[in-house]
Amino acid sequence: MTEIFGVGLLTAITFLPLLGMIVVLLIPSGKDEASKAASLNLFRWVTAGTTFLQLILALVIYSNFDFALSGVNQAETFQFIEKVDWIHLSGLPLLGDLNIQYFIGIDGLSAPMILLTALISFVATFASWSIKKAAKGYFAMYLLLVMGMMGVFIALDFFLFYLFWEIMLLPMYFLIGIWGGPRKEYAAIKFFLYTLFGSVFMLLVMVALYFAAGSFNLIDMMNPNTFKEGALMLDPTWRLIAFAALFVGFAIKVPVVPFHTWLPDAHVEAPTAISVILAGVLLKMGTYGMLRISWPIFPEAVKYFQDYIAFLGMFSILYGALAALGQHQFGQKDLKKMIAYSSVSHMGYVMLGMAAMNTEGMAGAIFQMFNHGTITAMLFMIVGVIYDRAHTRGLEDFGGLANKMPVYTGVMTIAWFAAIGLPGMSGFVSEVMIFLGAFQSYIWYTVLAATGIVLGAGYMLWALQKVWFGKLPEKWQGPWDPTGEVYKHDDINGIELAGLVPLAIVVIYLGINPAPIVDMMNTSVNHLIEFVKVSGQFASVGL
Amino acid sequence: MKPETLLLLSMVIILMPLLSFTVIIFNQKRLTKAGGVVGSIFQGLTLLLTLVVAFTKLTTYADAGMIQEVIEWFSIGNKTIKLGLGLDNLAAIMLVVVNLISFLVHVFSTVYMHGDKRFPRFFAYLGLFTFSMLGIVLANNFLNMYIFWELVGVSSYLLIGFWYEKDSAANANKKAFITNRIGDFGFLIGILILFANYGTLIFDEVYAQIAAGNIPYDSGAWLTAAGILIFAGAIGKSAQFPLHVWLPDAMEGPTPVSALIHAATMVAAGVYLTARIFPMLTADAMLFVAYVGGITAFLAATIAITQNDFKKVLAYSTVSQLGYMVLAIGVGAFTTGFMHLVTHAWFKACLFLGSGSVIHAMHESMHHAHNHDMDPQDIRNMGGLRKTMPITYVTFLIATLAISGVPFTSGFLSKDGILAGTLAFAELSGHWLLPLSGFGAAAMTAFYMFRLTISAFHGNAKTDISAHTKENSWQIVGPLVLLAVLSISFFYSWNPFNAGSGWFHDRVKTPMTVVPAEFQFDFMMPLDAHHGEVQMAEAHGEKAHSHTDAEEAHSHSHGEEAHAAHTEDAHGEHQAATKFEEQMHHAHIPAMIASLLIAGGGILFGFAFYQFKVFNADNLANLIKPAYNLSFNKWFIDEIYQASFINGTINLGRVISWFDLKVVDGAVNAMGWIFKKAALAIGVFDKYVVDGIVNFTADATGFFGALLRKVQTGKVQAYLALTIIIFMIILFMAF
Amino acid sequence: MGIGLEHFLVVSGLLFALGIFGIITRKNAIMVLMGLELILNSANLNFIAFARYGGLNIEGHIAAIFVIILAAAEVAVALAIVLNIYQNYKHVNVDEINKLKE
Repeated sequence: MTEIFGVGLLTAITFLPLLGMIVVLLIPSGKDEASKAASLNLFRWVTAGTTFLQLILALVIYSNFDFALSGVNQAETFQFIEKVDWIHLSGLPLLGDLNIQYFIGIDGLSAPMILLTALISFVATFASWSIKKAAKGYFAMYLLLVMGMMGVFIALDFFLFYLFWEIMLLPMYFLIGIWGGPRKEYAAIKFFLYTLFGSVFMLLVMVALYFAAGSFNLIDMMNPNTFKEGALMLDPTWRLIAFAALFVGFAIKVPVVPFHTWLPDAHVEAPTAISVILAGVLLKMGTYGMLRISWPIFPEAVKYFQDYIAFLGMFSILYGALAALGQHQFGQKDLKKMIAYSSVSHMGYVMLGMAAMNTEGMAGAIFQMFNHGTITAMLFMIVGVIYDRAHTRGLEDFGGLANKMPVYTGVMTIAWFAAIGLPGMSGFVSEVMIFLGAFQSYIWYTVLAATGIVLGAGYMLWALQKVWFGKLPEKWQGPWDPTGEVYKHDDINGIELAGLVPLAIVVIYLGINPAPIVDMMNTSVNHLIEFVKVSGQFASVGL
Repeated sequence: MKPETLLLLSMVIILMPLLSFTVIIFNQKRLTKAGGVVGSIFQGLTLLLTLVVAFTKLTTYADAGMIQEVIEWFSIGNKTIKLGLGLDNLAAIMLVVVNLISFLVHVFSTVYMHGDKRFPRFFAYLGLFTFSMLGIVLANNFLNMYIFWELVGVSSYLLIGFWYEKDSAANANKKAFITNRIGDFGFLIGILILFANYGTLIFDEVYAQIAAGNIPYDSGAWLTAAGILIFAGAIGKSAQFPLHVWLPDAMEGPTPVSALIHAATMVAAGVYLTARIFPMLTADAMLFVAYVGGITAFLAATIAITQNDFKKVLAYSTVSQLGYMVLAIGVGAFTTGFMHLVTHAWFKACLFLGSGSVIHAMHESMHHAHNHDMDPQDIRNMGGLRKTMPITYVTFLIATLAISGVPFTSGFLSKDGILAGTLAFAELSGHWLLPLSGFGAAAMTAFYMFRLTISAFHGNAKTDISAHTKENSWQIVGPLVLLAVLSISFFYSWNPFNAGSGWFHDRVKTPMTVVPAEFQFDFMMPLDAHHGEVQMAEAHGEKAHSHTDAEEAHSHSHGEEAHAAHTEDAHGEHQAATKFEEQMHHAHIPAMIASLLIAGGGILFGFAFYQFKVFNADNLANLIKPAYNLSFNKWFIDEIYQASFINGTINLGRVISWFDLKVVDGAVNAMGWIFKKAALAIGVFDKYVVDGIVNFTADATGFFGALLRKVQTGKVQAYLALTIIIFMIILFMAF
Repeated sequence: MGIGLEHFLVVSGLLFALGIFGIITRKNAIMVLMGLELILNSANLNFIAFARYGGLNIEGHIAAIFVIILAAAEVAVALAIVLNIYQNYKHVNVDEINKLKE
């Protein structure tokens, strides 16, 4: 089954949110209190419904996904392919023919990301429940964002990829800039400029590759034998430069350490659901872009820069972990900021695994992308829960929440220990896979990186102690909401649980049985490694 | 019963406590009262199954080596990550230890934890812990080991912090987890070395490869490193120096937890792990292990002498005893080391539960007296409990005798063996510090244990509270009696002076080292090494091949069996497979005599100081003030760590945060500032220069237009005149 | 020396110049009209002169007669306009009649 109601499954899953957005825009906001409340509810449920349908579609895709097909650089082994000429202009001055295709399809690299995006989009809807201000705009933007994210993961045409990549920026900017915290404008602009800065590099490389390959088709770009005579992208030095430029573009999104400072600000200022999306999906786009574009197109450059990439990965792990630890003692002592830095650290594992260039590391990296998405989403939702109630996230402002909110504490414990990398949770499996892989290529980097597990336990448990253990401060002794209108009881409510519980189940299930996701990407990862290794050597000899 | 059935039952044994955890944790509201009973029933069933399994294994399949099953967890690329379950004699004995003590602690806690507001949750956590611990015991590969290793860490975390309202408890559990994590870091790296080289983590497969001469990166140093790094996990979990600091703090947890986790089972997991990796330890790694054990045994004993908190004394005593076990394995006295683990589990659990009994009684008494300020754990507040709590006293005394190494107790058998081992090792290798620390620690153990017993139970009550204590109910006393009984030597050997003749030594044999001869002490190598070495390597190599080729991955491995058979063949009834074992046999008598004298001396001094007050302890303390302070302050190790590593790391974190905010982010913001200023400059330029030019053009045009407008007078005559003038000009131009 | 074409042309040129001068300088509209008449007549003189000396023959005469007729018509119309201007402005000073500017 590759179609639903005559529409390709991938097209359906990508543009479904657009449909939802139109519906949201058509619903009137309401004039008086009652109708406002009614339409607010409608916005919420339309969004939840749309993303739920999307999740169902993702599961349909999963169940029809053939684990044996590899994809990567073989157009015919991609799945759910749709290929339509989209923009075709001929005889242009300078350019010649301009040929952009609506070319989409998935393989083992993107399929887990589709699942992740659908899952995170769905649960983040519940984290959006507390949005009251300009709800129509919020949910419309939210759905547009979801469309952009999904599009990035299905595009096989570089132009299309770039287009979705940019589409997603715009709603993100407004979602942070309008519904964010006190320094939202600063954070939103910083996020936007940083990412745009990266996009420029991507654009340049894209154009250079286009002149060489004659189309925006990513698969064609992976085969330098078909490049035009004398193209810039056949020159070894320029290829290295192009790889580096592209790497910076993606590294900003990951973020790899020197390019990471947009992340703490964006995370801290963004509303909960947007932090969830940001950490859950957006960061993965950077690493996904590397796997889909940088690695197969410039295999010899991967070989050339491999050591530096591994170093950056290791460095990000330690830097992020130490910075997270530092949040306990320095600055605003913000819980959310600490988690933001932990994201930097955890994405460092992905980089390390990708640099290792073996199946264990690479599969671990993709699995870690998935797991970091689910786990960090949980962490941000957990912070959101107390922020909504106490309107502060200060590490020093709490204590003893374990007694006030027992169920919440239980869920928190799962998320916290998953983030620490406890066996039985998915994060452990992917971290171990990465270590197993990375150790074969980089013994000392891996040893240094592994100290991250000690630091990780350090900052997470310290935060746990400060916020949940000890005695409840005087000011939180009473109920959160004395009127009982918003919060009927002190503990976590049903809507919040609806967001957290599915994630907790996924985290634990994949921790015990990682095969569903790992098997899915196995063939592709093998093929990618094989392909990059072989053509990397080929390229270093001739070309 | 077939071996497969045994494994299946083992699987059930592992899952039962998990079931208990799941049932209780999701029904806390419904089980506020019944949680204890439910937990105890689950654990009781587990225990029954365990007894069946262990008995079968130790009788029917005693020589069957490890019965194991390997399953594929998932595969990445062409490599498969495997998990597995293995049951050998070691595991069977450990199963009994863990499940019996866990059961007794469950029963004990139904009374001890009665009235706690999180009563059912306590039993849920106990279930979680038991599950994790059993996972370690039944692991046949490093990955399982590591997974459950971490899980026990978490259950320990949850249980130490059970009363998390107390800051001290919340600090202690964090400290325990992080300290353990440091050890686990080493464990992980060790595993990575093995996986990178062998692509498998199953014990037998790894050892077979080493035996075949395939060592990591072709270097003995890496093999040593792998051994030491994996042992680092044990350093953390078994609270060995230098990572021992968490265990005394862990006494913040409820006392039954201390008995179960921090005395008998979890901390012994480190020793168990060291026993598991024994075959792959090189000479250097063994020395490292031995010295770590020796230092720990001695250091902890010196600290225990001066502590006043009932549980702290026991905690340091645990650290010291764990050091013994590690020392034993390090010097190659594998069997006695493991035996000490078992015997120690009984008597230390008895001591801890005894202390729990005392503390509970003190609490009750304080409750009646409406006194809430006193420290019920301080031995200076006790005294005379012998009369009010006779059963607790007797059991406690038996356990104390056992830990001191008095004949006819289990402790004597195992400790004597360890000391003989260290002596033998010293004679063969010249490392005399090891027996010295062993004997020194033995003397101190006897002394401080009797100091504790006498201060708490003998003499007159030092406070009203202790005078009004009462003996506890059967749920508390019953386990004490059972554990005290198990501390008697006849359970291990009919000959109270020679453990070697008992069933234990028959079932638990020292596994033969697989390390190539050049990296191993020659006295640890098989005695027929001169003609058998090459054959052995070949045999192992073949086995490795046949294992992967002919048989399925989950077939029963005969690794240990091969070793055992090998041993039998080589020496028949002598049983001494190595020169070391021979030497240990010879060292047995001198060690026994020395240890008897030393234990007796320690006990004597204990009585002299605290019972008969022949000497005044305070005077002596004043006399050797610096030494006393050093001991009382635990060698300032906590303070040193705080000042160096902990503050160092935290400050590094602060520096990084500062760096991130001020330098990295500062650079970004500076860039933003520069761009803004540049934009401003360009704005100015644009406004005055670019715009200026445009405006100038417009202005000039306007100016000339204004000038020309003057011509437009509206007067026909003027127009005409102009026409004529221009006409004339054109005329002139034309000609 | 007999009277030739040049003499006629000089006279007509003088007449033309006087006519232009009159048109440009006079303020009275009647005077301007009279200047106009002078110009027309200078043209007539040229036509006749060219008819006699330059080979225009009868065409020159016919053209001159056309001009005279045209001048009569023109004067009639122009005087009517001047009369109208006078009725509007109460004077016929061309300097002040500058509505063309607007």
